[in-house]
Amino acid sequence: MNGRRCRGLACSETNRRHFLSHLGGLAALSTPFASFANSLLANAEDLKKRQKSAILLWMGGGPSTMDIWDLKPGQATGGPFKQISTSVDGIAISEHMPMTARQMHHLSIIRSMSTREADHQRGRYYMHTGFVPNPNVEHPSYGSVIAHELADTIKSLEIPPFISVGGGSVAPGFLGAAWAPFVVSSQGNVKNLESLVPQERLASRLQMLGAIENRFIGEKRGQLPKDHREIIGKSVQLMTSSQLAAFNVSEEPASVRERYGETNFGRGCLMARRLVEVGVPFVEVNLGGWDNHNNIFSTLADQKLPDLDRAMSALIADLADRGVLDNTAVIWMGEFGRTPTINGNGGRDHWARSWSAVVGGAGFSRGAVIGETSLDGREVISEPYSSQDLMASVLRSLDIPLDTTFRAKNGRPMKIANGGQVIPGLCS
Amino acid sequence: MQMVVWKYLMHYGKYILRVQKGELCTAFFVVLVLSRCTTLYAKEVSTVPQIAFINSQIESVWADAGVEPGAQATDLEWCRRVYLDLIGRIPTVDEVLRYKNDHSSDKQSVLVDRLLGEEYVREYAKHWSNVWTTVLIGRDADNRMIDRSGMRKYLQNAWESNLPYDQFVEELLTATGDNADRDEAVDFNGATNFLTGKLGDGALQATAKTAQIFLGLQVQCTQCHNHPFNSGVKQNQFWELNAFFRQTRALRRFDGGRRVAWSELVDEDFAGQGGDPNEAEIFYELRNGLVKVAYPVFVDGTEISRSGLLPGALGDGTPYGINRRRELAALIRSDPLFPKAIVNRIWAYFLGYGFTRPIDDFGGHNPPSRPALLDGIAQRFSEYSYDLKSLMRWIVLSKPYGISSRMTSGNEKDMPDSGEPPYFSRFYVRQMEPEQLYDSLMVATKTNRAENIDRQDRWLSQFVMAFGTDEGDSSTTFNGTIPQILMLFNGDLVQEATSLDQDGFLDQVIVSNRKNQDKINALYVAALSRWPSSIELRYANQLLLARQGRVKEALQDIWWALLNSNEFILNH
Repeated sequence: MNGRRCRGLACSETNRRHFLSHLGGLAALSTPFASFANSLLANAEDLKKRQKSAILLWMGGGPSTMDIWDLKPGQATGGPFKQISTSVDGIAISEHMPMTARQMHHLSIIRSMSTREADHQRGRYYMHTGFVPNPNVEHPSYGSVIAHELADTIKSLEIPPFISVGGGSVAPGFLGAAWAPFVVSSQGNVKNLESLVPQERLASRLQMLGAIENRFIGEKRGQLPKDHREIIGKSVQLMTSSQLAAFNVSEEPASVRERYGETNFGRGCLMARRLVEVGVPFVEVNLGGWDNHNNIFSTLADQKLPDLDRAMSALIADLADRGVLDNTAVIWMGEFGRTPTINGNGGRDHWARSWSAVVGGAGFSRGAVIGETSLDGREVISEPYSSQDLMASVLRSLDIPLDTTFRAKNGRPMKIANGGQVIPGLCS
Repeated sequence: MQMVVWKYLMHYGKYILRVQKGELCTAFFVVLVLSRCTTLYAKEVSTVPQIAFINSQIESVWADAGVEPGAQATDLEWCRRVYLDLIGRIPTVDEVLRYKNDHSSDKQSVLVDRLLGEEYVREYAKHWSNVWTTVLIGRDADNRMIDRSGMRKYLQNAWESNLPYDQFVEELLTATGDNADRDEAVDFNGATNFLTGKLGDGALQATAKTAQIFLGLQVQCTQCHNHPFNSGVKQNQFWELNAFFRQTRALRRFDGGRRVAWSELVDEDFAGQGGDPNEAEIFYELRNGLVKVAYPVFVDGTEISRSGLLPGALGDGTPYGINRRRELAALIRSDPLFPKAIVNRIWAYFLGYGFTRPIDDFGGHNPPSRPALLDGIAQRFSEYSYDLKSLMRWIVLSKPYGISSRMTSGNEKDMPDSGEPPYFSRFYVRQMEPEQLYDSLMVATKTNRAENIDRQDRWLSQFVMAFGTDEGDSSTTFNGTIPQILMLFNGDLVQEATSLDQDGFLDQVIVSNRKNQDKINALYVAALSRWPSSIELRYANQLLLARQGRVKEALQDIWWALLNSNEFILNH
């Protein structure tokens, strides 16, 4: 940990334990601290072997997958991009993804995604949760579900289990605020971490705060007052954690940062790798700007695809080199694809009927292509797959049992991944 | 601080000290104190016919659902609630004591009338200008075509003058002029900001947001196809509604540089995409590639002239042309959904849930949970000249608004967050909006009561997360999660509020020549509108001991804890 990150509270483990000892009398707030002693016992190397994680590369706005992963050269719908070969025989992708093409043996493409939600908000919700929006229930998103299922395996984790870099994720729904995404900017600045007062005073402030919180909760005013107390515990834990260094991508050598690209998305992918390495079970990295109703081809060729290619290829290569790819699922997708028809403004509009998603790592097959679209890209001509199916496959790749059932707030049972089926051939 | 305030605090301090010393049974005493605070529902209020209507409807909701409404909220709970909801901040110590000392039977309606009256008109307008800025242009401050301070300036004036709601909407829909109030602006009209940022891409956003906000119709999906669930809205209707905005343009204006300095909303003749201004049509595409034509037709089927020309007269005086936006505003004002959409929004604002979820979706697939109540208030509201202050008065003086937020065995099955329809048998606890928190911290700090909207906007922008789509939608991290807690723990606003600077609220309490006990009471009343419990006092005294005579520090610590508590940030 470097000096800038050392913010007065957690400069050494001794100080930290001293600080935490002040909180002993505060029953309600002390739960997170009880686990601290246990966490010291945990063997980091051992954890690294068992710990599964997932990284979602979220392409906000709906990327044109037929210009990236499933090209239709020579067709009226195909656009100007050429295909190039990849590290896997028989798989060709866009000429604007050359570095990712060399990592293709770690990845698999599902070319037969077929969904029905072509509105941003609805599509974002559906692809994040496996459920279509319902006014009466809020469903948990990928990050909340996976963090919830894997959190028990990582007792030593002091930072939130679901981190969203650059925003854009979906809420925890009925799993509750404890599983909400912790949103950070790609600069990795977690704001307001530095306590206004020294440890000892913070400890007595927290004692006083505990008395007020507990009194109000005791008056039975529903869930929100309890959630507030729980999040305070997590916030204090975060303020004192040395794992915060994982957010600090500037600690990486310049050459590494260069490989990921000095872009928000590049820094986000690098941060995702660092977070996974300290045991965070779910990281979502958001890359927006895919809603290309106008001038799509120059936007993709000059801006979006070079940024994506650089960061995504560096992430996959790094995870593989460090031996963590086998425990880390990577998912690339947006809320939908874009129309095969090129519109009058040289753009493509929203299109959910036939599009591609890409996965890799953990228990996924490597170098596979699943499914097929028609020559013009308008139809899936093999078995079509839904958000639920993709989600079930991701859970399988992480060894999360698919017979898990949640109970929504109204008592209704909810199957994990909405009962989706693992996509045949996608998991090894 | 005024003498009367201190007398009161000392008086209450004695009560609680006696409890602490064990001279009286604590439980008994708490009950006694609580019962002294409980309001009797004033007779005068229930004779207002609109309030009586709400009460009788809600009583039958309770009877039908088999729930027992909770007890009335205490005087001071209700007082804090109504300050937060009507003027967007918690009451000051003086305001709390003034309400507490009023022993008249109509004290509730007196307070509501004061908050809606001349004394608070600026704060009232500022609060509702915050609320409507978010409704009309969202929280994302990145759109260059929008001038947020222009929007606010307009809203501040509109709400200060209590513009009737139908007129307000007409002004928003028909506005022309400059969107920013520059020194030399002759044609400033901040109302234009509702539309200046929504006219790109053939005014898709203008179409969708107008239908959604003012009529509760979700038409955005029908841009591309018939609505999959809502059989009521077809694709052609989206484009026919869209055609009303085709005479309108937002012109970028530059100040020498390359950045847009402001924009100007104008109406221009529209030649139609076929080139005949007398039959000014637009084209849209079906899913199968077929191109169809649309003319301005309102969602209820009313057609207007197809002319794209603005109103004028030929040499012989024959009038021609039509202003499509003006026609649209008139059609919206007379639509039956128009009063329902606003009543649902205002009801949900005060009571936590509306009659539909989301509150702006009245499609046939999503029927309101209490149609008789919604329709009844909507009808009375339109009969009352769309007077928003009257509507608010009816709601905040009705029974459901006055109930305690505590759960009881009689109302524990009233759980709208589990997806059941709300029965309004208790007050649903909710988090303050960020603007309410900001203004409440300003009150509790008293360092700088001068309004500084720019600073507020900069502070708010830290919570906004854009989704990266063309529609410019965004989410907020001000949602009760870790970043928000850290902001209140360690952020600059709380640092300021807990500073010992001269003339700050905390400093005033500390330097006063009073007993520590009274100082602690003052902090509690300022932050939570109540006095400390005996247990809390014990903790506070421990803190005083721990600081070893550094009373200032101890009070600062207590103040910090109060501002960070669930009870402070939640509207209950």
